[in-house]
Amino acid sequence: MKDITPFLLTLLSKPGLSGYEQSVSEIIAEEWHPLVDELTISPLRSLHGLRKAASKKKRPTVMIAAHMDAIGLMVKSVEHGLLSITTIGGIDPRVLPGQLVTVHGKIDLPGLVQLIPDRLINNQTSSKAPEKSQLFVDTGFTEKELDGLVKPGDVISFAQPPFELTGGYIAGHSLDNRASVAALTLCLEEIKNYNLDCNVVAAATVQEEVFAVGAATSTFSVRPDLAFAVDVTFAKGPGSNDYRTFPLGEGPAIGLGANNHPALTKKMTSLAEALDIPYFIEAMPTSSGTDGMAMQISANGIPTQVIGMSLRYMHTSVEMTSLKDIARTGRLLAQFITDLNPDSYKSMFEEKSS
Amino acid sequence: MKNLIKKLTETSSPSGYESAIREVIRAEISSLSTNIKVDALGNLIVTMGKKTDKGLRIMIAAHMDEIGVIVSHVEKNGLVRFSNLGTILPQYLVGSRVVFLNGVRGVINQDRPDDLHKIMTQDKHFIDVGAASDKDCPLKIGDVGVFDRGFVELGKRVSAKSLDDRVSCAVMIEVMKTIKNSPHELAFVFSTQEEVQSKGATTAAYEIEPDLAIALDVTPSLDIVGVKMQVDLGKGPAIKVRDVGMLSDPRMVRWMEETAKKNNIAYQLEVLDIGTTDAKVMQISKAGMPTGALSIPCRYVHSPSEVLDMDDVQATVTLLTALLNSPVSLE
Amino acid sequence: MSPQTKSTFKVGKAQLDLLEELTNANGVSGNEIDIREIIRKKVAPYADEIKVDGMGNLLVVKHAKKPNAIKVMLDAHMDEVGFMIVEEDGDGLYEFEQVGGGDERQFVSKPVCVGSQKLPGVIGSKPIHLATDDEMHSVISQQSMRIDLGPAGKGKAKRGDYAAYATKFIRSGDAIFAKALDNRLGCATLIELLRTAPDHIELLTAFTVQEEIGLRGAMVAAYDFYPQLAIAVDSTPAFDFERPDGNENTQYNCKLGGGPAIYIADRGTLSDPRLIRFLTRIAEENKINFQYRQPGGGGTDSGALHVTRGGIPSVSVSVPGRYAHTAVMVARISDWQDTLTLLQNALAAVTPEILSGDRA
Repeated sequence: MKDITPFLLTLLSKPGLSGYEQSVSEIIAEEWHPLVDELTISPLRSLHGLRKAASKKKRPTVMIAAHMDAIGLMVKSVEHGLLSITTIGGIDPRVLPGQLVTVHGKIDLPGLVQLIPDRLINNQTSSKAPEKSQLFVDTGFTEKELDGLVKPGDVISFAQPPFELTGGYIAGHSLDNRASVAALTLCLEEIKNYNLDCNVVAAATVQEEVFAVGAATSTFSVRPDLAFAVDVTFAKGPGSNDYRTFPLGEGPAIGLGANNHPALTKKMTSLAEALDIPYFIEAMPTSSGTDGMAMQISANGIPTQVIGMSLRYMHTSVEMTSLKDIARTGRLLAQFITDLNPDSYKSMFEEKSS
Repeated sequence: MKNLIKKLTETSSPSGYESAIREVIRAEISSLSTNIKVDALGNLIVTMGKKTDKGLRIMIAAHMDEIGVIVSHVEKNGLVRFSNLGTILPQYLVGSRVVFLNGVRGVINQDRPDDLHKIMTQDKHFIDVGAASDKDCPLKIGDVGVFDRGFVELGKRVSAKSLDDRVSCAVMIEVMKTIKNSPHELAFVFSTQEEVQSKGATTAAYEIEPDLAIALDVTPSLDIVGVKMQVDLGKGPAIKVRDVGMLSDPRMVRWMEETAKKNNIAYQLEVLDIGTTDAKVMQISKAGMPTGALSIPCRYVHSPSEVLDMDDVQATVTLLTALLNSPVSLE
Repeated sequence: MSPQTKSTFKVGKAQLDLLEELTNANGVSGNEIDIREIIRKKVAPYADEIKVDGMGNLLVVKHAKKPNAIKVMLDAHMDEVGFMIVEEDGDGLYEFEQVGGGDERQFVSKPVCVGSQKLPGVIGSKPIHLATDDEMHSVISQQSMRIDLGPAGKGKAKRGDYAAYATKFIRSGDAIFAKALDNRLGCATLIELLRTAPDHIELLTAFTVQEEIGLRGAMVAAYDFYPQLAIAVDSTPAFDFERPDGNENTQYNCKLGGGPAIYIADRGTLSDPRLIRFLTRIAEENKINFQYRQPGGGGTDSGALHVTRGGIPSVSVSVPGRYAHTAVMVARISDWQDTLTLLQNALAAVTPEILSGDRA
């Protein structure tokens, strides 16, 4: 299998904040171009790569979707040479002090998120947990130097460079969900030389971190017969050990619960067993918290399955995941696709009275 | 234009009960188009022009509903308890007057406070309509009303209830009157139920299926002592970059900024941490569409006495007209 | 008397490259060897004597070309704040302790570099999705954090390994972003002053260890050199922000862009007034941008220098820097340049006469 690491490292080095995905979308389009028959861009700028079935006859369409957007910050105002900020996507303000960022103003400027020192806050005797309103971005520029370079609404991305860890692990910002984009890419690579008996739409969707806007609209326009939302889930780690977490690097998590179609859940687990790929069942009692929610209720309802790799420190700049699990996820999806044809599609969804 | 705003804001039409305002608006615009529709949710949809090969189908939405109150219980002593239509802020309640659609007027006050310095929640407030007992009370469960407050001029600024969003309705009417030779098919939507999660714009966008959408609304400006906000009164319309419900399409923001610059219209950029607009639901309709919003800075939003600057209103008319009069090239 | 002409120190690519190399390298207090090796190589061409003392201080001497020259000591500490691995927690996770003072609110979501093998790792935090409201309003305690080398890092690090932030140097216009500017700025300053030292002084430079945990290196270096006067060169925090309450900020310590900060008094030292006057005169005569650091807490190696043996007239000069003791500091090149200019002119002008009067 192709080494996906260089591509993933490139993905992780691009800003591509929710609503501003173009920089990362271009990289993905370039990588997918030789792997699909058609590349299109949705009105909201999700990227759709279509692999057509070999036959011209009607064949089921499967959508494999991963959001490509990243969390980040936005300039609210410029105050005395410092930038007051708000967040795009869910960010714990406690992880922000000391974060290197890039301010995408008139030019890209390096910046640093920091806190008002305690000594300048009234009656603050002990250190409190940082709140969003106390944080600012320092570009190191004076008020005068900054004049005209930055304005409200400019986006700010994490600048922490990604890096590899010992033994097949990787750390960086926006592994949620660029790791899944890498898994989709591996899947496309794997099915490249197959004649397919189904249509495949690989979608790199926009704005999952804000309102799942991309998945909802992409699914509506693609109208697949079934869909996979590929997204990361929580790995076990410091402070995270309950049922929602999974051992890092020991196999992808396959969702189970209302957001997942039982036939797809069953199919994926049996595929994993047949391929000897380790996996975990992720219990999703109500919803998955992924694009899968919007996909399932799109148009007349789409059978949906959530799958993905576990990841430590989600929504920090040092998210960590396993390259092996990325490959395993891609492999599972590829096997599903090469197995899919009108008959298997039909039998998969046949209600069997018990 | 002040007269139009006065007429619109002095009409009572809370969310879900927009027929009065719809008729006022219909009278203003009936001569401007032969394609005027009211849909199942009560949206007033006025289509002007045909899509040319240089044009798009553009939906422009301003909501005509306003926040209001709805009777939930009449006490034995004749005092009326109420729930809300849209977001009612308790700090604006005590001493306010309300008028119900059946013409009944009342004043709002509160239960005896435990702590004078704390604002009490809405359920601790009641409406006194002058009734001595429940038998005597002219209101019953389900009656709806709105703040009772006339329009006043404050220099070049104006104050009224429901400037959110009747001022945008007025802007849209003005634009419809002035616009000529637009290459676009323009669907002007006076939408319903924005204050209760943009129900009207949701269905209107689904039916219209536009290529591009623009919402018009007010945005809170608190350019007063002790509060830092980036949007000031009198500095021009705010081009929305984001609010808590949506991120404007950056291509739309760029287009709006460039159009404003080209026409020498002062503008501001809006990064809002509270509230959202009809743009949220238009953006995700069907396959989605590039969506943006123009906001008119407004103080004390959702109070009985909202305040805004007429220069901003006029500039919004100019900017929107400029936007709609020429071919659109995003990117 | 003819007016002195100002010699301006120019910070160019060579100086910035030097600073980049020094700040990207790791030297947590007690483990300064990498920094020492870099500096040893850099000063070799200019030094007459180089030695490493029993504490690990690097002592570098450049002799005067004249007899009976004044002995001037310059001091800069090499060490930085960081961490030490204290316990393995399984699965590539390690408990750690701080080395030197740091604010635990600054630790999470940072890459770190562990041990002599320079293993990459991170300090992460619980995902926001799993954090309760109560947790969101509490400081994440250092005890709950782990240094994480990834599951394959199991057994790779050992108790006692040092860890440092893995921040890389960035330049943006006149601004610099880097870790350990406190006090690699001082180290780079001393290297540059050794290179350009005047002939009439006996220049004794000490690159010291363990400043961040109690000025331990400076104490013995000063004992060894026993100079006639000493200047500690360090970095001092700039808290030059608007107060959230809108009142005037009266506790800024020093200001970024304000030039070298001359110390008058801190927790450990009352600077020698003759040296304060001397530096002030040099700055004013040469029109060098400078500031006095606000008297108050904090301290530098001067705290050890001035009480060594029979006492040494001492002063501190610091380059302003924001966010000391965190993963990334911010400083301005112009401040460093002004510091180099002030000290270079001071060394050129220093004579025993400036100490001829009584202290105060």
